[in-house]
Amino acid sequence: MDFAIKTEKLGRIYKIRGGKKSEPKTLVALQDVALEVRRGELFGLLGPNGAGKTTLIKILTTLLAPSTGRAWVAGYDVIQEASKVRPRINMVSGGESSGYGLLTVRENLWMFAQFYGLSSSDANQRIKELLEVVGLSDRKNTKSSDLSTGLRQKMNIIRGFLTDPDVLFLDEPTLGLDVGASREVRRFVRKWIDNDPTRTLLLTTHYMVEADELCDRVAIINQGRVLACDTPAALKRRLQQEASYRIETSPLNGRGMEVFEQIPGVRKVSHQSQDGFAVLEFILEKDDVLGRVVNIMTDEDIHILNLQKHESTLEDVFVDLVGRSMEEVERSQKEDSEA
Amino acid sequence: MNPPVLMRVPKSIGWGLFIKTVKARAYPRLVGAFREKSWIFFEIFLPLLAVSAYVFIYRALEAPEEYIGFVVVGGAMTAFWMNILWSMSSQLYWEKEQGNLALYIMAPNSMMAILLGMAVGGLAMTLTRAVVILGLGSWIFGVQYEVSSYWQLALVFTLTMVALYGMGMMSASVYLLLSREAWHISNLAQEPVFLVSGFYFPVKNLGFIIPLLASIIPLTLGLDAVRQLAFPSGSASGFLPVPVEVAILLVLSVVFLAAARWLLAYMERLAIREGRLTESRR
Repeated sequence: MDFAIKTEKLGRIYKIRGGKKSEPKTLVALQDVALEVRRGELFGLLGPNGAGKTTLIKILTTLLAPSTGRAWVAGYDVIQEASKVRPRINMVSGGESSGYGLLTVRENLWMFAQFYGLSSSDANQRIKELLEVVGLSDRKNTKSSDLSTGLRQKMNIIRGFLTDPDVLFLDEPTLGLDVGASREVRRFVRKWIDNDPTRTLLLTTHYMVEADELCDRVAIINQGRVLACDTPAALKRRLQQEASYRIETSPLNGRGMEVFEQIPGVRKVSHQSQDGFAVLEFILEKDDVLGRVVNIMTDEDIHILNLQKHESTLEDVFVDLVGRSMEEVERSQKEDSEA
Repeated sequence: MNPPVLMRVPKSIGWGLFIKTVKARAYPRLVGAFREKSWIFFEIFLPLLAVSAYVFIYRALEAPEEYIGFVVVGGAMTAFWMNILWSMSSQLYWEKEQGNLALYIMAPNSMMAILLGMAVGGLAMTLTRAVVILGLGSWIFGVQYEVSSYWQLALVFTLTMVALYGMGMMSASVYLLLSREAWHISNLAQEPVFLVSGFYFPVKNLGFIIPLLASIIPLTLGLDAVRQLAFPSGSASGFLPVPVEVAILLVLSVVFLAAARWLLAYMERLAIREGRLTESRR
């Protein structure tokens, strides 16, 4: 198998200096991470703040040495062969403030393109195209110090794609972008991958929808460990052993639920009367049972007003794996660090 | 809008990439010189005031007229020392704070090319200031030059700049390793160096030991040699013969550039091992 990124038992421990008298503490940022990202894949790393996503990206981009294990990017060892990895990669982090405020957007991008050896004409052509993608063409001659955070992030995103990397690392790339711009960026990211099967992209994100919509596969990471790794659909299917439906119907007029509970394959049914209609929640063994439920409703002269199947989300998967939502994990981490 | 299909493009490697990097990193400094005009006041007007003060003192003391020229040349050279102290040396620290340092290390270019770009940009920008101070000072105070050898003068100036900016490239890594504490070094090194390197008088007046120790700063010998070559009585007030000063400047150039390269490699190793140096505080 042709892997663009591969890690084996990767770990990183930080030593945190204490005061003059106290001993240095250690922080385990990554532990036994084994990942294989295929060439041509858009791979997502999903996890709360402090999960180890950025540490992993730093190791893969040759900026940080692992404490244990090994990692390869584009077929080269990130420590032993860093000089071969670097021409093939680029990275963009959310909220970064790279570049020089005195230079315009176009000048900053041209400068970074030169560091990767692009000719000025190629660089300028790509800058023009990419400025249009993120809707920044009208600000190309604006000094970057005059840009808002969101516009600055658009410039950073262009910087990452500009140098034509084989493997691109995007660390929370849509942080600070408005909904429209985020959507444009996601579309472009997908097309960038689809246009050339030799390109690979590793994306870290907080946004479940972003990971779900964009990524071919997702690794869920928490406290430095990879808890699960699969396609978003497969991850969600793990939870989707039973089928859950919400059906809004005409008023039940005192009918009980016994008629539904007797249907083979109906695990659970509950109902709530609303103003002018009723809401029935079914948990079925499998989707096929729904037909029988609908038939009974027709027989009983109950009209279906609305029918919805409840789909599991990656958030549900995270909760299932960690026991808490991502928000709760981040909140408790914040409280711990403040204490 | 349909996103464009970005085609693969050829990229330079080796020396081609090195030269592109130097040019690109020099660019912000050159552009900055035109976009940020405050330097006209801080780096031309204020140094000219300092030069004027010394000129008036020398005239009041009825010092030889060539001392006026010594002061003007020294005043012009202060621009380079200020550039090394406040811009070149602290640049990597600021790059780190800005988030650029990680991008520089991660890019396929050589970090020496980045530093050289900073040096070339800084030198070009500072040369403009020095020429303006020299021109204005010479015109206002009527300085007469009598250059004994133009090629030697060019050689001395070039070697002084190579050694000085080599020193700046070396100290950029040192400042980064010292982090915020480095500001104190800049503060400490500014005025004392103006004194011990003889910016406003021939350094020979300080005896032998102090100028010898101060020779670690390339401007000490460079300035002394320039004065010897640009004024008729310069050699009488020179600290060492010009060929000796040229030889020492040559050694300093090699030592500082080699040290800059070694320290950069050390800094990069440390950054990757500890993960601290590429961590910006922003």
